[in-house]
Amino acid sequence: MPTQAITDNRAFLVEKVIKNYSGIFDASTTERVAVIRRDKISRPVIYLGTGTSGSISGAKATLGKINSYLSEARFSADIIEVGCTGFCSAEPLLDIQLPGKTRLSFRNVTEDKVEDILNSVFHHTLPDDHILGQYKQDGLEEWPNIPMLEQISWFSLQRRHILKNAGIISPASIEDYIVRGGYKSLYKTVLNYPADKICEIIEQSELRGRGGGGYPTGKKWKVALDTAGDQKFMICNADESDPGAFMDRAVIESDPHRVIEGIAIAAYAIGASQAIIYVRTDYENSLKILEQAIGQAKDYGMIGEDIFGSGFNLSVSIRQGAGAFVCGEETALLSSLEGQRGLPRSKPPFPAEKGLWEHPTVINNVETLANVPGILENGPGWFKAVGTKSSKGTKLFSIAGKSVYTGFIEVPMGLTFSTIISQIAGGVKDGRALKAVQLGGPSGVCIPPADLETPLDYEALSDKGVNLGLGGLIILDDKTCMVNLARYFIEFLQNESCGKCIPCREGTSKMLDILEGITKRPKEESTHETLERFKGVVQLENLASVIRDTSLCGLGRNAPNPVLSSLKWFREEFEEHIFDRKCSAGVCHDLRSFYIDVDLCNGCNICQKKCPENAIVGSLKMPHFIIESKCTGCAICFDACKFSAIFFK
Amino acid sequence: MLLTIEINGQQVSSKRGETILTVLNRIGVKVPTLCHLSNLSPTGACRMCVVEVEGLSHLVPACSHQVEEWMRIHTHSPRVLKARKTLVELLLANHPDDCLYCDRNGTCELQELSEELQVRERKYMSRNKPVQIDKACPSIQRDPAKCVLCMRCSRVCREIVGVSAIDAVGRGSHTRIGTSYNRGLNFNACVRCGQCIMVCPTGALTEKKSIQQVIEALSNPDLYPVVQFSPTVPAAIAEEFGLKSSKDILNLLRAALKKMGFRQSFDASMAADINIMEEAALFLDRLQKNTKLPLLTSCCPAWVRYIEVFRPEFATYLSPVKSPQQIMGTLIKQYITSSAGVKPGKVFVVSVTPCTAGKSEAESNGSETRLVDAVITIRELIRMIRLLGIDISNLDPEPADSAFSISSSSGRLFGISGGHLEGLIRSINFMSSGQELSPLKINDLRGLKPKKEAKVRINKQSVNVVAVSGLANAIGFIDEIANGRENIHIVEVMACLNGCINGGGQRTGTDEKCLKSRMKALYDIDEEEMVKVAHKNPVVNELFEKFLSGPNSQRNQEILHKTPLKTSAI
Repeated sequence: MPTQAITDNRAFLVEKVIKNYSGIFDASTTERVAVIRRDKISRPVIYLGTGTSGSISGAKATLGKINSYLSEARFSADIIEVGCTGFCSAEPLLDIQLPGKTRLSFRNVTEDKVEDILNSVFHHTLPDDHILGQYKQDGLEEWPNIPMLEQISWFSLQRRHILKNAGIISPASIEDYIVRGGYKSLYKTVLNYPADKICEIIEQSELRGRGGGGYPTGKKWKVALDTAGDQKFMICNADESDPGAFMDRAVIESDPHRVIEGIAIAAYAIGASQAIIYVRTDYENSLKILEQAIGQAKDYGMIGEDIFGSGFNLSVSIRQGAGAFVCGEETALLSSLEGQRGLPRSKPPFPAEKGLWEHPTVINNVETLANVPGILENGPGWFKAVGTKSSKGTKLFSIAGKSVYTGFIEVPMGLTFSTIISQIAGGVKDGRALKAVQLGGPSGVCIPPADLETPLDYEALSDKGVNLGLGGLIILDDKTCMVNLARYFIEFLQNESCGKCIPCREGTSKMLDILEGITKRPKEESTHETLERFKGVVQLENLASVIRDTSLCGLGRNAPNPVLSSLKWFREEFEEHIFDRKCSAGVCHDLRSFYIDVDLCNGCNICQKKCPENAIVGSLKMPHFIIESKCTGCAICFDACKFSAIFFK
Repeated sequence: MLLTIEINGQQVSSKRGETILTVLNRIGVKVPTLCHLSNLSPTGACRMCVVEVEGLSHLVPACSHQVEEWMRIHTHSPRVLKARKTLVELLLANHPDDCLYCDRNGTCELQELSEELQVRERKYMSRNKPVQIDKACPSIQRDPAKCVLCMRCSRVCREIVGVSAIDAVGRGSHTRIGTSYNRGLNFNACVRCGQCIMVCPTGALTEKKSIQQVIEALSNPDLYPVVQFSPTVPAAIAEEFGLKSSKDILNLLRAALKKMGFRQSFDASMAADINIMEEAALFLDRLQKNTKLPLLTSCCPAWVRYIEVFRPEFATYLSPVKSPQQIMGTLIKQYITSSAGVKPGKVFVVSVTPCTAGKSEAESNGSETRLVDAVITIRELIRMIRLLGIDISNLDPEPADSAFSISSSSGRLFGISGGHLEGLIRSINFMSSGQELSPLKINDLRGLKPKKEAKVRINKQSVNVVAVSGLANAIGFIDEIANGRENIHIVEVMACLNGCINGGGQRTGTDEKCLKSRMKALYDIDEEEMVKVAHKNPVVNELFEKFLSGPNSQRNQEILHKTPLKTSAI
């Protein structure tokens, strides 16, 4: 596009769209906005989700195929790469919009499906499967007999405020964001309100930090605003490092300008002229998109010097974190930003009083900041209308594990676990039974089926001693061993402990030793070692309480959670491991003993050949046997047997 | 602002902004600490000092948590005691069980803690990690297996010394104190000051021992072992053996050294006098030509190493005169013993210093033969006295056995920051005006402040001098100079805070009380001593006549100035 056109578009969007207070456009503006919004198109538009989850599912190959199809068929169409709608198990998601018709969405469009789907849609027919639904777009002709997207189970219970644009707009285009109401709130903020008014509005909205702590955001801002300082910092924490949580990444990749606008408003509210986005370096795609978005925002004058002529200056920069889990903790993040080892500091003083290089600093999570433009646009009442008594607004949750559908969702606060699992996530995969739901990252807890009616909000969960955390939900089926899962999380926490305070560094290491003692069976164990193992088990709860009592930061204080919660609700499973040396889920290899059913074994000899320990004896065409003392539980024979003659206890 | 809090049921008034620990110390409640050091920033890392505050869900560290109006604190509740004990048990789980063989047996803070909290069994299985002892450095030895990661050493190295030669690396249970690129202390920024040893609660950091070497030399009939000792040694020995620090202690020390088998003992303060004479002449020369000012003193080997490694652009300002230890070694080897008829190759010079950097200095002096054959710290001397069965309190004091042991009190003042400068100015004034400075005492340069500035008039000229101790403070000061601070004539630097009285080779358990008494001992000597200035020291004058030449002459430069070294951090 020639430079002149960009300038024109920019001037048009800033003057006619952002600065248009009423939101009512004249005819020519409406027309032009409709074109930019792609409501009005002259040739087909193909949207492809190429965010991280799309790419992993093969969206890049799909994109290549689309391009080659178009050039072969000599068909002209626009291809727009979009972020992620959140329906990760349906990726790659391909949308097609034909002129005058609504946007159609297809799921799981891998390379090989492209031709079929494009062929039929371009001929105004519909393929037999892979149709997800169609978008609701006023004034456009709907496809017959296709459900609206908002009616399908994954979306029907969602309230998409933050995710309003996710998967719909191009993250690479600031125009897409502006024509959907973007940067209007910032304009309103810097022009109409003094900083303390913004803090007040946010406080009224009762927005609480979405990073895990749940501290009232407006209060935090107010402290930073009221603390004297010639330099203040606004930091966006995008160091999302819980395994199984990827909402922040998705928000950045799908709608980066929403985050930047939130940052700008927050910086204005606390009086900061410098904002830093701390992104983990593994989020390559997010980094690329953010950099581009910051460049565009600067170009449009949304950040930089004298924003909207108000005299408010803001520079936004990106810093990459090396991917240490502890650097997601706000004080450790500050140390990391200062170029030091990422170690947490004692609080108080809180960062809002003494933060980055001792200056007042506010650190907010991506999701928290993404909520801000909406609150400013629609007022605190609008935000408060959703949610429960203590927890207002919506919350992003990621759903991973053994559910039928996986991805991330935005739902009103206060939905119960069971609603989310059964209605949104489609229940447990392969019809298996649900064993537990893991919530809150590695230092989170496992919720047993009996507690699934608990609403997901701060208070209800903290009554149960649970921290909402970032909002990662992992669905566990009955093939999961809770002891092994606790061991896995402790191992993660141990590896990611910063090593500063003794309880977290040494305590988790000893807990891991104890849990390994439970989940493994040494080949030979002397009486003394058995005694030591039991001694360890006896120590487990005491150790957990000391770690919780004395650790320096939240990471350490919550580190015993996976063990304590599993012990509380799945104690019999621990006892089975300790006393019976058995893992009924069959996960702990070392505790499995394999046997051959003599009635089913026809002596094919395959298992004997494959056994790495020579633990199987038997002659050809005669039932075989496993020597129990030699068997290591590796399950190679189990997988090799074609007659299901091998089983384990 | 005063506020009242409740500690163990007792109403206590405290100031806003105070830490809980400060209040506890004041009212006589002792909570154990490990990572805490009063002059370093609190980190709250070890959690040993946790206390229970009513209303808080978790325990808080007393060392870094500030008091607040509403607080009701319990310092020794069952919950707190259980937590502390568990923490020590966790530390012990990974700690080698070799207390009997440890350098710090009996002075170890971990031992003390486990005794205090009555740890009586190994509760947790250990996962022994193979570790390598870092012993390539001639001054300092590290045994990571004994490290409890209290981070005192790394904080001292960063905050007081300012070089960050060691810091934590790795995460989780793999965290350890490491050196850059894991290449050991010998190949990194370490200036060898030994302050890390002084703060280490366990035996993880120790000096590299030379005891065995000295004992062998003492029992070797072919050798002629002699010893020199630094000005701060007598006071430290007095402290250790519970003796009164008086003039007698010097002669008791001489008697002890003689008993140990040293043929002669020398007070290195005499060499300090020579250092003063040379440096005074050098300074007057520079002042007259107005070049290479400010003169940076070079009697502290750690400071010299810092300049050589980090700031070579300042090397020309550094005084080229050898340190007293090296001057003494030179004189002993080249003049004193040979004039007494001992073959030079047979002389074995041992130096007793409060300095670990002295060990490195003796090893790399730029010449082919060693001027000082072995350097032992005060800690090592104490061990040797015990090992050789010398009951120092029952010895008869022995006067100096050599004329070369006479020193002025100026030379003695080298032991404390500002003292070198004071002695130097006395002689500069005399050399330039022919008159004694009056009064001789320069109060601005005395006391335990890290940075002391003084303005003195020397022969109608105003001279500005600064004494800085603690290498980090010195680094800050030369940065000031680099950034344009002018009109400073002499800068005396001691890498250890307050100088050699707080050196890295001092007695284990040096605290502020010790520092004050050591300081007092040196200032008392200056009051009592007849000869208070270097230029009045008869031995020095005799040496200048018979062996050396006039101060700063060609011959003196050959003998008393050092060969410049090329060193780099990596």
